[in-house]
Amino acid sequence: MSVRSVFPQLEQLLPRVSKPIQYVGGELGAVVKDWDATTVRWALMYPDAYEVGLPNQGVQILYEVLNEQPDVLAERTYAVWPDLEALMKENGVPAFTVDAHRPVRAFDVLGLSFATELGYTNMLSALDLAGIPLDSADRTEDDPIVLAGGHASFNPEPIADFIDAAVLGDGEEAVLEITGIIREWKAEGRPGGRDELLLRLARTESIYVPRFYDVDYLPDGRIQRVVPNRPDVPFRVAKRTTMDLDAWPYPKKPLVPLAETVHERYAVEIFRGCTRGCRFCQAGMITRPVRERSITTVGQMVKEGLEFSGFSEVGLLSLSSADHSEIGDMCSGLAEQYADTNVSLSLPSTRVDAFNIDLAQELSRNGRRTGLTFAPEGGSERIRKVINKMVTKEDLIRTVVTAYGNGWRQVKLYFMCGLPTETDEDVLEIAHMAHEVIRAGREAAGTKDIRCTVSIGGFVPKPHTPFQWAPMERPEVIDARLKMLKQEINSDRGLGRAIGYRYHDGEPSLIEGLLSRGDRRVGAVIRRVWEKGGRFDGWSEHFSYARWIEAAAEVLPGFGVDLDWFTTREREQLEVLPWDHLDSGLDKDWLWQDWQDSLTEYEQDDCRWTPCFDCGVCPSMDTEIQIGPTGKKLLPLTPIKNSLGVSA
Amino acid sequence: MAPPKNQPVGGQAPVVQRVRLRYAKRGPLRFTSHRDFARAFERALRRGGVPIAFSQGFTPHPKISYASAAPTGVGSEAEYLEIGLQAEVDPEKLRVALDAALSPGLDILESVIAREGGGSLADRIDASHWRLELPTVDPAEAEAAVKAFQDAEEVLVERMTKQGKRTFDARQAVTRIAVTQQSDLPSGADGTPCAIIDLVVRQVTPAVRPDDVLSGLRAVAGLEPPVPPRVTRLAQGMLTAQGEIVDPLNADREPALPG
Repeated sequence: MSVRSVFPQLEQLLPRVSKPIQYVGGELGAVVKDWDATTVRWALMYPDAYEVGLPNQGVQILYEVLNEQPDVLAERTYAVWPDLEALMKENGVPAFTVDAHRPVRAFDVLGLSFATELGYTNMLSALDLAGIPLDSADRTEDDPIVLAGGHASFNPEPIADFIDAAVLGDGEEAVLEITGIIREWKAEGRPGGRDELLLRLARTESIYVPRFYDVDYLPDGRIQRVVPNRPDVPFRVAKRTTMDLDAWPYPKKPLVPLAETVHERYAVEIFRGCTRGCRFCQAGMITRPVRERSITTVGQMVKEGLEFSGFSEVGLLSLSSADHSEIGDMCSGLAEQYADTNVSLSLPSTRVDAFNIDLAQELSRNGRRTGLTFAPEGGSERIRKVINKMVTKEDLIRTVVTAYGNGWRQVKLYFMCGLPTETDEDVLEIAHMAHEVIRAGREAAGTKDIRCTVSIGGFVPKPHTPFQWAPMERPEVIDARLKMLKQEINSDRGLGRAIGYRYHDGEPSLIEGLLSRGDRRVGAVIRRVWEKGGRFDGWSEHFSYARWIEAAAEVLPGFGVDLDWFTTREREQLEVLPWDHLDSGLDKDWLWQDWQDSLTEYEQDDCRWTPCFDCGVCPSMDTEIQIGPTGKKLLPLTPIKNSLGVSA
Repeated sequence: MAPPKNQPVGGQAPVVQRVRLRYAKRGPLRFTSHRDFARAFERALRRGGVPIAFSQGFTPHPKISYASAAPTGVGSEAEYLEIGLQAEVDPEKLRVALDAALSPGLDILESVIAREGGGSLADRIDASHWRLELPTVDPAEAEAAVKAFQDAEEVLVERMTKQGKRTFDARQAVTRIAVTQQSDLPSGADGTPCAIIDLVVRQVTPAVRPDDVLSGLRAVAGLEPPVPPRVTRLAQGMLTAQGEIVDPLNADREPALPG
């Protein structure tokens, strides 16, 4: 049975909403296939606004991987803004994909990529608009399998009632395996219905199906155990790891939007994983081990990606790009290849050392030297030891001074507030560091015309990190520290004038903390917030702290717990954590030891250059570190005359 | 070897050829805003390998100038722009390359080399020809509203502008307004009535747009289309004394064939 496009109905609504182009599709790289010629159909959702969701690498990669299969169709859908949501409800227009405007409910799978937990309420809006029951238990064979992926799926317990399944880790191979299981089940005539399909997925031991697990609680509210409620599913569900990134050079055909989006560039992931060991960083912990893409594959991807897309900017992405074993040759090679073009290259530079400046110099050869970004993350040397961000104050000053001395005029510094064991003094150190940066920078630059921006984010303890046991700081303490820091920065007016200050309030972080480390009981809070109108919680103009507080107060006491219990409470070593049955490969004993080490300010080195420190990932996941150097170089591009007779 | 303080190393190649293009915004892509189109067009220049010339300075911009763009959500068969090139190209090959590099629905229709000394595109455009489709509106009702509009000396309408709410006359700029009979339109295909208004408007300040004329029809005759009208720009150019619109690219085509 074919499905009809909802565009004729949608078209009537578009003149009445803001930025209608985001709902229209038609991007370069978009694929529209014949519905009836395919057997397995995926709707991929990034549960945030189009302008944020479209550039998402994960969705773009899976979209391309799936659509390369002849009998598979993948389309995309994003969160619709409240203006269109209201009109869709009023006019009975269901949630749709932007590619062919097909109703989301008609697909076999609705795959959601959660980069952050703040997208949970948007998922509920999407399910509601699609006409899919919010509760997994209420769905029928006419509903898609609702599947969560992305970093947040390493603890999907707060959304366990709403999703049918979750995949942990890399998606490239997982989506193909899931497709195969669905293809076979459909070919067999859907034996056993929905439950049988979910069971087949669960038996892979790497797809988590919450309904097959029961959670028991202790009288004090803590979890007693999480166990399978049937004999044929695994006790623990393991994450996926894509090895050999050279074999998966996606995106080959990046999506190029007509609408304005947050990133307009060809992004290539130069490696995945990170073993720097920053204790706050969930991404670094759950994506181990480091797997590099080789210099030649990166060069080829950049060339083809630019030709296909017409983008004028290239981003070399990873968790710490300067750590690539061939980063020097990669940067100079690309800079050489694109020297006489208007293509600009960028490296999200987060590591604090002079090498980063050399790289930045290469990449900005014929261009502007507008700004450099460094992330010391902690204000004092003490707190940097706690979080394992190994950089001394002298290193930082020397690096920044080198930048100013080489013609850079603007330096951005990232920090966090609310870190474990943090005191007022640790935060005030940020001001002293910024003062010194400006003082030394003015001397090195020979001008007063330099700036430094201090940007502060709120710390949120995340599952599968050494800080998963840590108490969160209360928002009022965070806000007081941020205020104090501002005063300290401006205590020297001459220096303070050259320092910009950006920060986030403590309140949204607390809610992110609730969602990050929550268990199944938090699902009722999410549902309540959504019912009260909560949407787009990642956007300060839509986020309402009061709504979350209210919903938590209505719902959680019924379970004998409260918001503080989930956020500001420190966990003990033997407490069962909601995600213990989800295996990131990290040994829980190693994580606990690393948490204890942080409290004694013991620093842990990187396993790429020092012996293995037994975090557990490689042996338990049967993976290994994949790094170069390959010794290869990027060759000059051969000019080829195009149809216009011009050398391109 | 530091670069001089306020200029980047080297300079940009000069413009050796100027090409004028007519393009369309069709179907769903009529919801492309002008800014969206401009970004897509710049990328199409790169994808198509077009030897576009750039302005000088630290942030070189491609040499592109646009004639007045149709509002977001309005389709068009007659949008115009001019590009400066640093190498000479065949205009038809350029058209094909750019059209292929843009999404279907943003279509490059014509390409001509600008004649030297022929004046700018903007000098050759002072009016637009629009078609307004009003699905489910009875043509007779539209006819009556159009008559009332024509009979009025002045039709004051309100619109939100960047400066706030403005009131202005929508009548004077309209040189032709009539209900036409056409049956080959998709919106009329399923048997529901559809009134079609043919409209010619001079480009004045403040601009009178098709939706202002629709506001005017509501003001003078209470015409309220239940579904959003579908508007398309059919042509723009110089308005002759006879009320016809002269194609702005005519003057560039053959010196022997002036408008």
